[in-house]
Amino acid sequence: MATTTYNPQTIAPTSPASPASSGVTSKLHEWVVTVDHKRLGILYIGSALFFFAVAGVLAALMRAQLAYPNLHFLEPDVFNRLFTMHGTSMVFLVGMPFFAGLANYLTPLMIGARDMAFPRLNAFGFWIFLFGGILLYFSYIAGPGLAGHGSAPDVGWFAYAPLTEKAFSRGTSTDYWILSIILTGIGTTASAINTIATIISMRCKGMTLARMPLFVWIMLVTSSMVLFILPPLTAGQIMLLLDRFLGAHFFDTQAGGSAILWQHFFWLFGHPEVYVLMLPGFACASEIIPVFSRKPIFGRAAMIGATIGIGMVSSGVWAHHMFTVGMSPASNIYFAVASMAVGIPTGVKIFNWLGTMFGGKIRFDTPMLFCIAFLFQFLIAGLTGIMLAVAPFDWQVTDSYFVVAHFHYVLLGGLLFTLFGALYYWFPKATGKMLSERLGKWHFWLLVIGFHLTFDTLHFPGMLGMPRRIYTYAPGRGWEIYNLIASVGVIFQAAATLCLVWNIISSLRKGKPAGKDPWDGWTLEWSTSSPPPEYNFAVEPVVRSSRPLWDLKHPEDPDWRYE
Amino acid sequence: MSPSSTLPRTLQGDTVANGEEAEQITAWALPDRGKVAVLCLFMTEFSLFSIFVVAYIFYIGKSLTGPTPAETLELPIWATICLLSSSVTVAIAERALKSNRIQRFTIWTGATILLGLEFLRQTALEWRHLINDFHLTITTNLFGTTFYSLVGLHASHVVIGLSMLMIALVLGFRGSMRGQSRRFELLSWYWHFVDAVWVAVFTVVYVIGR
Repeated sequence: MATTTYNPQTIAPTSPASPASSGVTSKLHEWVVTVDHKRLGILYIGSALFFFAVAGVLAALMRAQLAYPNLHFLEPDVFNRLFTMHGTSMVFLVGMPFFAGLANYLTPLMIGARDMAFPRLNAFGFWIFLFGGILLYFSYIAGPGLAGHGSAPDVGWFAYAPLTEKAFSRGTSTDYWILSIILTGIGTTASAINTIATIISMRCKGMTLARMPLFVWIMLVTSSMVLFILPPLTAGQIMLLLDRFLGAHFFDTQAGGSAILWQHFFWLFGHPEVYVLMLPGFACASEIIPVFSRKPIFGRAAMIGATIGIGMVSSGVWAHHMFTVGMSPASNIYFAVASMAVGIPTGVKIFNWLGTMFGGKIRFDTPMLFCIAFLFQFLIAGLTGIMLAVAPFDWQVTDSYFVVAHFHYVLLGGLLFTLFGALYYWFPKATGKMLSERLGKWHFWLLVIGFHLTFDTLHFPGMLGMPRRIYTYAPGRGWEIYNLIASVGVIFQAAATLCLVWNIISSLRKGKPAGKDPWDGWTLEWSTSSPPPEYNFAVEPVVRSSRPLWDLKHPEDPDWRYE
Repeated sequence: MSPSSTLPRTLQGDTVANGEEAEQITAWALPDRGKVAVLCLFMTEFSLFSIFVVAYIFYIGKSLTGPTPAETLELPIWATICLLSSSVTVAIAERALKSNRIQRFTIWTGATILLGLEFLRQTALEWRHLINDFHLTITTNLFGTTFYSLVGLHASHVVIGLSMLMIALVLGFRGSMRGQSRRFELLSWYWHFVDAVWVAVFTVVYVIGR
C-alpha cells in the first residue's frame, strides 16, 4: 500500500503531550481543545442527538397531555414552555448542528482536503453553539429572574410581537431565548463561512466544481443561504433586546411600533430556514440513493440547478406564513404563487432520485430504507405544503393541527429520515464499526409506524378545527380518537429511538469492523481508512471525474471517459 | 471480494491504473481562502444592515411624537469627508506594506486611525446635541429608536475596524507587520466595506429620511 511509505508523523504532528495525566481526563482534554474537523463534526452531531432526545421528551410530554380531552397532567403555563422549548430546540439545537456536523465531517473528506479552511474558527463555532444551547436550558433554573416571573421561555418558537415585549413577557426567560438564538446563529454563521471557504479554496487537484459530489454542492448552496437568511433573525433579536433593555419601540405597538414587522423579519429567516434544514437531507439522499441503486445519480446538472433554484425561490416566499394578518390581495397572490413555484425544483429532485433508482440494482440496507421512506413522506409533505400555499385554504386551517402535521411531515418524515439514513451510512466511516442491520431495521420500521400513527392522524383534527398550542380540549368535537392515536404513535417513536441508542452503544463496543469502504461507495471519503487518520489523506488525491473511486475500482471503464 | 483491497493505488499519484497518460493538472490555483471568507462575511453583514435600513425606512414618519428628523438632523458633511478619505489613506498604507515600506505604512495607518477617530467624535457630538438639546433618546419615539440603532450599528463596526487598525499599527511599530500584507489587505477590505455602508446610511438617514 502506498500509504505505508509515508510516515504519518511527518505529515501531521500529533498533539503535544497533554497536561492531563489520567486516561479519561486526557481524552476529554483532547476533545475539548480539538480543531480537527472530524472531531468537531462528531461533537456537533453528538450534541444534536442529545438535544434531539431532550426535545423529543418534551414532545412526548405534550402528547401525553393531549391524549385525552380535559386532562390536567400538565399546567397550561408548563405546556407553553414545552412547545416553545421543543420548537426552538429542534430547529436551532438539532437541525442546524446536524447540518453543521455533516458539513464539517464530510466536506473536507469528499473534496480531498486535510481539514476545513479555518480549523480554529470551526472550534469557535461549535463551542459558541453549545454555549447557546446550554443557555437556553439554563433558563429553566435561572428564568424567574428578579421579578419572579416565568421560568423557561414560553413565547413560542416564532415569538410574535408584542407578546415578547417587556410588558407581556416579564422576568428574564425571553431574554435567555433571544441570547441563545443570537449565539447559536453566530456559531452557524461561522460554520457556514468556513464551509464555503473550504469548498471554494481547499479542493484537491482535479476536483472542479463540475466534478464535486452533489453533497458538497448542496452544502455550498445551503451555507450561502445561511449567510443571507440568518441576519434578519439576528437583527430582529437585536431589536427585541433593544426594546426590552433600552426601551426602544421597534415592536412596541403602543408607541407606533409594528408587530407585523417582526413577523416579516422572522419569516424572512424562518421560511428559507426550512430549506436550510431540508437541503442537507437532500444532500445525504443524493449520496445514498445512487450508491444503493448501483447507478450514478440521474440528472446531475439538473440536481445542482434545482438546488440553486430552491435556494433562490424559497427566499422570496416568506409571507405565506402570514396570510391571515391581512395583507393586500396582490401580496397574497404573489406569495401563494411563489410558494407553489418551490414545488418545481423540488419535484425535479424527486424525479431524479426516482430516475436514479429506476432500473438500478437496489440494495435494501438500512440507509436506503430511510431514503425510500423519505421519498414517499416528503412527497406528501410537499403536497400539503401546496395546499397551505393556497391562501383561502390557509385561512381555514392556519395555526391548526393541519399545519403542525404538515411541517412535522417535512421535518420528521423528510429531514429526520434522511439524517438517520446518513447516520447509518457514514457511522462506519466515522467510527470504524458497522451499525447493526437488525437493530437498524427495528429502528426503521418502528419509526415508520410511529411517525405515520402520529402525523397522518394529526391532519384530521386540524381539518376539524383543532388549534395548535392549546393545552387541552373539550370532548365531543370529534378530535378525541385522532389525538389518542397520535399519542400512541409516540410510544413507537420512542421505542425506535431506544433501538437507535442501543444500536449506537452496542455497535461502538462490539460492532462488525467496517473496513475502508463497506458500501462500495464512489466518493473520496471511502478511499481513506475508517475512522480516517487526523490528516485524512496521506497523499492528496487527484480526481478526474465525479466518481473518483469508481475510476479506481474500474480502471477498464472509468467515468472520466464520458464526462 | 471487497473492492477496498484494490483501492489506494492511483488516487495517491497521478498515474492511471490502465496505463493511459495521466491528465496533466499543472495549473491548479484556487481562490485565497481568507478572501473568500471575508467576502462571505460582507454578504452576511450586508444582509444584517439591510434589515436595519428596512426598519428605518419603514418607520419614517410613523413616530407618534416629536422630535422629527427634519427638526433635528444636520448633514454630517465633515464626518463623511473624514470617513471616506480614510479609505484612501488605508489603501496607501496597504500599498506601502506590499512594497515593504514599513515607515510609510505606519504613517498612513496612523492617518486612517485619526480620521476614523474624528468620525466617531463627530458622531458622539451629534448624539450629545440630539440628547441634550432635543431630548431625543432611543426611548423617545420611533425615530430615536431606529436612528440610534442604525447609526449605532454602523459606529460599532467603525470601532471594530479601528481596534484592528490599532493592532496593525502597534505591530507595525514593533516591526512585526513585514510579510503580513495579505492580512492587512483583508483588513483594508473591511474598512472599505464600513465606508460603503456609511454611504448607504447617510443616504437613508440624512437624505431620504429628512
